[in-house]
Amino acid sequence: MTRYADMGQVAGDFYTENFAQTAQEGSLILNLGPQHPSTHGVLRVIVELDGEYVLRADPVLGYLHRMHEKMAEVKTAAQFIPNMGRVDYGHALAWNWAFVGAVEKLAGIEVPERAEYARTITCELNRIASHLLWWGAYLLDLGAFTPIMYAFDDREKILDILQVPTGSRLTYSYFRIGGVAQDLNEDCLSRIRAFIPWMRSRLPMYKDLVSDNIILRKRIEGVGVIEPDQCRRYGATGPVARGSGINFDVRRAEPYSVYPKLDFEIPTSMLMDARGRYDVRMIEIEQSLRIIEQCVEQMPEGDTLVKGAPKPSWKVPKGEAYFAVEGGRGKIGVHVVSDGGKNIYRTKLRAPGFSNLSLFAEVSRGTILADAVAILGSLDLIIPEIDR
Amino acid sequence: MNVIKEACKTVSDLWSLMVGLKVTGKYFLEPQRTVRYPWKAVSNLDTYKGHLELVGGMKDPFKPRCISCGMCALACPSNCLTVVKKKAPKPTPEEEKALAEAKATGEKTKDKTPKDPEQFLYDYTLCSLCGTCMENCPAGALRFSKNVYMAGYSRNDFQFDLVLKLRESDARATKAEPAAPAAETSEA
Amino acid sequence: MPAELIRILIGLVAVALSVGLIGLVMVWVERKVAGHVQRRPGPYEVGPYGLLQPLADALKLVGKQLFMPDNADPILFWLAPVLSFLPVLLLFLPLPLGDGLYTLDINLGLLLILAFSGLAVLSLLLGGWASNNKYGLLGAARAVAQSVAYEIPLLLSVLAVAFVSGSLDLATVVKEQGTWPWNWNIMTQPLAFLIYIVSALGETNRAPFDLPEAESELTAGFHTEYSGMGFGLFFLAEYANMVVVCSVATVLFLGGWHGPVLPGPVWFVLKVSLLMLLLVFFRWTYPRVRFDQLLNINWKWLMPLAVANLMLTAFFVKLAQFAVVK
Repeated sequence: MTRYADMGQVAGDFYTENFAQTAQEGSLILNLGPQHPSTHGVLRVIVELDGEYVLRADPVLGYLHRMHEKMAEVKTAAQFIPNMGRVDYGHALAWNWAFVGAVEKLAGIEVPERAEYARTITCELNRIASHLLWWGAYLLDLGAFTPIMYAFDDREKILDILQVPTGSRLTYSYFRIGGVAQDLNEDCLSRIRAFIPWMRSRLPMYKDLVSDNIILRKRIEGVGVIEPDQCRRYGATGPVARGSGINFDVRRAEPYSVYPKLDFEIPTSMLMDARGRYDVRMIEIEQSLRIIEQCVEQMPEGDTLVKGAPKPSWKVPKGEAYFAVEGGRGKIGVHVVSDGGKNIYRTKLRAPGFSNLSLFAEVSRGTILADAVAILGSLDLIIPEIDR
Repeated sequence: MNVIKEACKTVSDLWSLMVGLKVTGKYFLEPQRTVRYPWKAVSNLDTYKGHLELVGGMKDPFKPRCISCGMCALACPSNCLTVVKKKAPKPTPEEEKALAEAKATGEKTKDKTPKDPEQFLYDYTLCSLCGTCMENCPAGALRFSKNVYMAGYSRNDFQFDLVLKLRESDARATKAEPAAPAAETSEA
Repeated sequence: MPAELIRILIGLVAVALSVGLIGLVMVWVERKVAGHVQRRPGPYEVGPYGLLQPLADALKLVGKQLFMPDNADPILFWLAPVLSFLPVLLLFLPLPLGDGLYTLDINLGLLLILAFSGLAVLSLLLGGWASNNKYGLLGAARAVAQSVAYEIPLLLSVLAVAFVSGSLDLATVVKEQGTWPWNWNIMTQPLAFLIYIVSALGETNRAPFDLPEAESELTAGFHTEYSGMGFGLFFLAEYANMVVVCSVATVLFLGGWHGPVLPGPVWFVLKVSLLMLLLVFFRWTYPRVRFDQLLNINWKWLMPLAVANLMLTAFFVKLAQFAVVK
């Protein structure tokens, strides 16, 4: 099946041939993607199947490589912020924050209090939106066609709220070096105050329709068990690690901004399977609502951009800095190296999805193809951030 | 005993299926959320970031406030702005004489070049709507329009001259927006 | 007998027309229900309330180019959709729409339906195999395993009803039931009804058992390579199968054409429509069941339950016979 007798080689490109070198006799080599009905992005996974069982899986990346790090080398610090909004469209504001935080750390710029609160509120709203997107898309993978519609309907509210200060709905470039671009005006804050109880009232519906559904539970319970030491070896973070019991969240482990003043829990699950990761994300939505509530109450008056914020001609002082934030998918890290010139010398973007995806090859071995798809969905991958 | 427990669990599991049906049944009967464009329009457009537009001055609303400094073009991450300055006007013979006199005495002469730009070329296909130009403009001459309904047939339709757009903007103001008034808000 | 032949011919023509109509109506119903469950309108542009949308879809499908993948087997490739569609016409013949309103007066009506619905399996297999496509083959293998497995509880639950009614003739089964719901077979055979519905979902590849068409896993399974009318025929056959299965359910369990005030055929259509609506709702509510779980449900739950139901029914029927004799 895998070798055409007359051609003596596998039909396919370099990767498939390479993969087929070590294939077993009589196994089927299949390409999942890069064009996929599953809404991950352009991910290609070469699987070797024995009937329905996955013997080996190999993700092939690079279909969406847009050379963000190269673009950082020819842009100034302020010019690079829109790029960060597009690296990961799910949680764009976290990437914004990581980069801006790194530059501020390098240059020693202190951000006003109100701006920190504005950053936290918008970032957490974006996190809820990202988790809702994941939830809908995951269920679409598993064959339920309506939850994604409900999730997107709820997400519209968040996008409308975030449209007020930022003007954008998906790829935000709202943060600036030294603060945020625009203040959260009273209209925005009142909308947020109305949104929080409304969202809380929607969560039981998700539970009824999906989380308690026996078909879904049978699909994701016991599927894709990831041991904690596997997580550590691959550097997986975020809900993937927390779903395996590792209690690591950047907001608590390496606190930044106003998170030390806020009261929220880090959900972990000892289930270690897809169900654990699912539960962790659903609880994170509730915890984000809690954070936003506290921020809206505690938000002080003041500026949202530091006085003497950098002008376009500002050069980043010489040095290097690393800043990490907790994104919807895990630990987002940005390392900025500057040599004092006009452009940043080197920007390294650490995408959590890359480490999470690396787990897939090991975890999906021996599972059924349907389970492999369920595992892929539970890792919450956004390919643009993996390929950058 | 175990069998009975298993059986009870199965029954409760099957009940979850009925609950799911109840949820979808409820939404089946609820009103729709779709806004049927173009007969109705969405209502959250006042915060929308459309393409750039120049802001007119207080005295002449069709002349931009722009002073052709070029900060926006410098700040833009996508190199989508080009500011073409106006050329200095040819001086009249009296002015030439006055200039020559001033030069002889070492006096400073005022530059008569008009500040506003000749052309302000904007490539909307490259713009990422980040707002850096708007924030770095010393004259406050740029803002985002609320033009959601911009559509064109070719790429050239999206590369335009903002000075011209400002001059023609009175004609555009009377052009029809989508027919019906804004209907369902997204917070229904 | 010419009279019989004419009756069958008229019936066939009526069935063919109605199957076409059913296809159109069902497409509209499915998309509208899907839309409203998801809080959106569904089709509303083409025709009032989108009623002409299925017609537009049908025209589009008919107008598409019929092409075949490179190394596919032409005979089998084009045989598969035809084979999935034609036997369905036969399945409608013994169904009684009203008192005496059936095309085929045969005392083995139930057996006819069960036998010919088995042909659908063959068409799935041919479709996947002849496509010369790995996805198609995987989908076909799954579909065959699923269809063959779910025929057994289907048969057993139907047999239980045949025991109660004493005949395999559908007209007799309906006559044995009364006008009011408490006289219908569902009161004496509720478990069989549930088993029948689940098996019917498995037989017709409808959600939550629609793995052969699992779009997000296998890009449309056994009908990956079909476009245009080939796909249209598969689609139509699926809806027609759904109608057959719902009609058999009404005839066996819900009293057929019995009902208080309205004429027989109206009640029949009403009951069938209700069941179809339920099946459509199932599709848009539940996620997909994994393949091994699907077979587990069948072999570990449905079959033992169906066998137990059958044995109990046989026991009670015999007991009743003895009591009557005594």
